[in-house]
Amino acid sequence: MTMMKTSSRWSGIGFQALAVLLALAFTTVVMLISGADPLQVYQNIITGALGSPTKVADILVAWTPLLLATAGLLLTFTAGLWNIGIEGQITLGAIFTTWALRVLQPTDLPPTLIMAVGFLAGALGGMFWAGLVGLLKIFGNVNEIFGGLGLNFVATALTIWLIFGPWKRPGVGSMSGTEPFPLELWLPTLPGFRLSPLALAMGIIAIAIVYILLRGTYFGLRLKAVGRNGRAAFLMGIPTTRYMLMAFLLCGLMAGLAGATQVLAVYHRLIPSISSGYGFLGMMVAMLVNYQALWAAPVALFFAALNIGSIQLPIVLKLDSSLSGVLQGSLVLFVLLMDGVRRRLTRS
Amino acid sequence: MKVELIHIHKHFGAVHANNDINLTVESGKIQGILGENGAGKSTLMKILSGYIQADSGEIRLDGTPVKISSPSDAIRLGIGMLHQDPLDFPPMRVVDNLLIGQDGGLFPNRREVVRAFNELQSQFGFSIDPYAYVDTLTVGERQQLEILRLLWLGARVLILDEPTTGISASQKEKLFETLRKLAAQGMSVIFVSHKLEDVEFLCDRIAVFRKGELVGEVDPPYVTDELVKLMFGRVISLEEKRRYETCDVSFHLDHVTIEDYRLQIRDINLTVSCGEVIGLAGMEGSGQVQFLRTCAGLIRPVAGEINLGGRRLTGKPYRAFLEAGIAYVPASRMEEGLIPGLSLTEHFILAEEQNGFFINFDKALATTRQRIEDFNIKGTPVSTVESLSGGNQQRALLAMLRQPVNLLLLEHPTRGLDIESAIWIWGKLKERCKQGTSIIFTSADLEEILQYSDRILVFYGGKVSPPLDAESTTVEQLGQLIGGKGF
Repeated sequence: MTMMKTSSRWSGIGFQALAVLLALAFTTVVMLISGADPLQVYQNIITGALGSPTKVADILVAWTPLLLATAGLLLTFTAGLWNIGIEGQITLGAIFTTWALRVLQPTDLPPTLIMAVGFLAGALGGMFWAGLVGLLKIFGNVNEIFGGLGLNFVATALTIWLIFGPWKRPGVGSMSGTEPFPLELWLPTLPGFRLSPLALAMGIIAIAIVYILLRGTYFGLRLKAVGRNGRAAFLMGIPTTRYMLMAFLLCGLMAGLAGATQVLAVYHRLIPSISSGYGFLGMMVAMLVNYQALWAAPVALFFAALNIGSIQLPIVLKLDSSLSGVLQGSLVLFVLLMDGVRRRLTRS
Repeated sequence: MKVELIHIHKHFGAVHANNDINLTVESGKIQGILGENGAGKSTLMKILSGYIQADSGEIRLDGTPVKISSPSDAIRLGIGMLHQDPLDFPPMRVVDNLLIGQDGGLFPNRREVVRAFNELQSQFGFSIDPYAYVDTLTVGERQQLEILRLLWLGARVLILDEPTTGISASQKEKLFETLRKLAAQGMSVIFVSHKLEDVEFLCDRIAVFRKGELVGEVDPPYVTDELVKLMFGRVISLEEKRRYETCDVSFHLDHVTIEDYRLQIRDINLTVSCGEVIGLAGMEGSGQVQFLRTCAGLIRPVAGEINLGGRRLTGKPYRAFLEAGIAYVPASRMEEGLIPGLSLTEHFILAEEQNGFFINFDKALATTRQRIEDFNIKGTPVSTVESLSGGNQQRALLAMLRQPVNLLLLEHPTRGLDIESAIWIWGKLKERCKQGTSIIFTSADLEEILQYSDRILVFYGGKVSPPLDAESTTVEQLGQLIGGKGF
């Protein structure tokens, strides 16, 4: 980016703006087709996201796991890896956290320590699942996309089995998840809000660490080298497989922490779709910011706001809340498309 | 059919692959096209057979100017090309291969095709089962099939690109016999090869290509030395040579055997002294690259010992070779050497020893400025490597090499560079030799090999010559060895 000429930087911004407009236009068309008044919908999304302090706090609640997932994914993307298995890694983090809490709950350990162990277990769970993808790729020659996709299904099945099997609520298992943990095992929140400052801090620290890693360290530069030209990196003496595995493990760690916050700070139990799609949303954020850590945080915040803003759409306008997904998805598509168009036009 | 190529020009980027080529092939003649890899012979044949188009120039068939813009145009006009690798469909039957590429209805008449095929092949004494699957045929048989297919499609000019690679001696004899028969029937045969023996034996006339130009046409009787001289040009001047004694970090190969799916190189023995330069000559694909990569630790030999200064490296991973001070510079700079998207500064940081966890960018920038100056790289510290020219990429690659290096392995170190850059790069390399670095390098340029090497190994189809003393070797001798004479 730094060596881009000023003119091409301006044209780049122009194309980005055009992409945003096109995405809005496309989403508007979708709304019109489904018989909704676009202005009303946009207004609803805005009030739904920013209408009250509670809603703003909710945006930050959604921002936290999204930040963690995006931070991890920036590392794997930098290493040239498509860690599509991040959803499963978040889920495994949640499962391990739940497991640790269930095991330690009956003991006399202080709740703070139990929760700390819960985070640690979550991180390990995510690393375990990501490490499997990495090992399958490096030693089994299984592309990380297929390995990750497969393990996502396994993670989902595992969650359902736990909820309806060994960890089922007393009496009968239900889709609402496992028995909620007692209040002392809830991560402290701001009074009156669902927002846990500790979890939020973790997300911000994660993205900051990734930013520093990728910007100013040997590790980050080597990771970049591995991602852009693995063959040349190997010939330069960089142990490419070790770096790929490290990228997977670090991403798994952050995904696992995202899963842990979902359990400790949001749902206080294991539910079937505990990852809430934050992994895939994180992939979209990473693609949208062209894998630049600096822009990941604000874009993730915007996506979180869209998610929260569309929650009340079904109630107020009888529209599905997945409309925010349409906007998010078309945004990524049009930005990538416009980038392609720009390259084609400016190619000399 | 008489073929005339008039003032043909073709550029690939900065490379002038065909520079004003004028060539006439009379009907009923076998025209030989001789030249090194990259001399421009394949380019010209691709132009004639419609795979690529000339930038300018004219093609005439029997005196009529024609425009050939695709291979199917070419075959319609009667020009058929037999490629080095047969372009057939291995999992299909012979008869189906004939039907493909033939104009006809939706339902081809198989029986009629088989009858005609058998009649055609009996003319040449071939015996291919029309119902056999193509992948059960030998390379020689597939070549016969391809010739028959081209005749079947009405070819009156037959172009053969390196047709004697990979076929047996008896199949070669049969091929030559066939080609003579075809010529006697009035067909024009264009035979492209770098094998002196074959060309001399078969062709009625030989056109020699060098560096994109047609440098001469020769009629029989042929004098091998004359052909070699045309093919490789003259030696300019040889630098004064030094003698090298064996030293404590010399590199040894002891009864090394290398194998890959294509070729086997047996029992190589070599000791490289400190500061010595070994040139690897031979046609591309004769085993030089495999040899170089074995020395680098990227290919594991199937037998033999490798050691550097008494340190055993046999079977060790690439990293061990790297740590022992062996550096490898691949020919494909952007694919294997440099990392697109990263700047020169970032490359020099990657090449340096790690110093702490965080990168000291001020120091890295200073180092980069110094390197850019030392190596005369036209670029800035923030230039991405893909924005540099080929010569500057090569300079950057050499500037990235750590100090000290015991053995430097270079694949085509000056390929694609102008003479000035090449001389400059060799100056830098020779400086390293004075400090005790040994060099092994490949090159397609015989002058470069003779000029800079102390000793030369010639590769031919997986065989390696004993080390030749560069001082007492002439271009002619080297050319003959490369063409496979004397093995």
